[in-house]
Amino acid sequence: MCSTCGCSDSGGEVKITLPGEKSDNHHHGHGHHHEHTHHDHHHHSHEKTILEIEQDILSNNDLLAQRNRGYFEAKNITAINLVSSPGSGKTSLLEATLRDLKAEIKFSVIEGDQQTANDADRIDALKIPVVQVNTGKGCHLDSDMVYKAFKKMELKDDSVLMIENVGNLVCPAMFDLGEQYRVVIISTTEGDDKPMKYPDMFDNSAICIINKIDLLPYVSFDVEKAKDYARRINPNLTFFELSATTGEGMDAWYSWLKQTISSNNYKDLKKA
Amino acid sequence: MHELSIALGIVKIAEDERQKAKAQKVDRIELEIGALSGVELGSFEFVWPMAVKDTALEKAIYEVDYVKGKAECLECGQAYPIENLFDSCPTCKGYFKDIVSGKELRVKALEVS
Repeated sequence: MCSTCGCSDSGGEVKITLPGEKSDNHHHGHGHHHEHTHHDHHHHSHEKTILEIEQDILSNNDLLAQRNRGYFEAKNITAINLVSSPGSGKTSLLEATLRDLKAEIKFSVIEGDQQTANDADRIDALKIPVVQVNTGKGCHLDSDMVYKAFKKMELKDDSVLMIENVGNLVCPAMFDLGEQYRVVIISTTEGDDKPMKYPDMFDNSAICIINKIDLLPYVSFDVEKAKDYARRINPNLTFFELSATTGEGMDAWYSWLKQTISSNNYKDLKKA
Repeated sequence: MHELSIALGIVKIAEDERQKAKAQKVDRIELEIGALSGVELGSFEFVWPMAVKDTALEKAIYEVDYVKGKAECLECGQAYPIENLFDSCPTCKGYFKDIVSGKELRVKALEVS
């Protein structure tokens, strides 16, 4: 097995592609080389040594994330990490946002999915620069994938980078990508107790969007209950209730986005 | 299954340290995993053999020091144990809190030879 991305057979590798590009390149997520260290017999020592290393396991990811953050800061790019379970309407929300604001804001997009370039094609149709990251068997984006993805694009100064994470409410919570804001999306077709079931994602987010409010008359989702649950985990969350399909409530989200960009002083809302 | 990424991250750290120490293999690895770290111990144990296969850690014994969650209420200052991020302060029922421990995810020590 590859010691980085865990791939052992085809379909498991990370692919980073521009729309229309043939996706045959195998990028390993963490910039390592395949070193066959177990064949290294040069230093025979049979004594046992204890190494006190005290190293954070995610330090490699966090270091690269900080490097991304520094790059974004230098170019005054607002990077937003969109996280949710599959089917909450992340891509539809993104499409609507890009369509309505692209005349005012310079956007670029990184799309994360296990397989297919379908989402990148949807963004590409809006004439927005986009790179697709296929994580293969991976269940989340990491900071190195994001680094490699934005190196494929020419990110403009004073722009907004939207990173749509892999649809998964568990794993992406642990991986800082270098974003300025993490936005968690839940929809009214899910249970209103989602925040309690998947607390880590809400703990690490600055914004919580409740999508598909046009369906509220048909579902048992209780908006106030969901917000109360989410606030128990993170009392600092800002909420937006909207429908990406009908456009209801989108104005408040757009105002926040525009205000954030214009007053961008890199106040990091993420908890340490 | 982000536990695989975590396990592979551990292997990478241990391999780097082993090479720096010019040792042949890792015999024992000591980890610190917090109750609120987001790592499920059962999943971790499941993926560990796959992560260490064909590495210098293949035969290593791993020990997990499981750290329980502790919080400090930001409203009344009460220190209290927490199992979930949404647990409230037992004294004032407030939800504003500082996580004091339980987020640990660390390689503490290695025994190499």
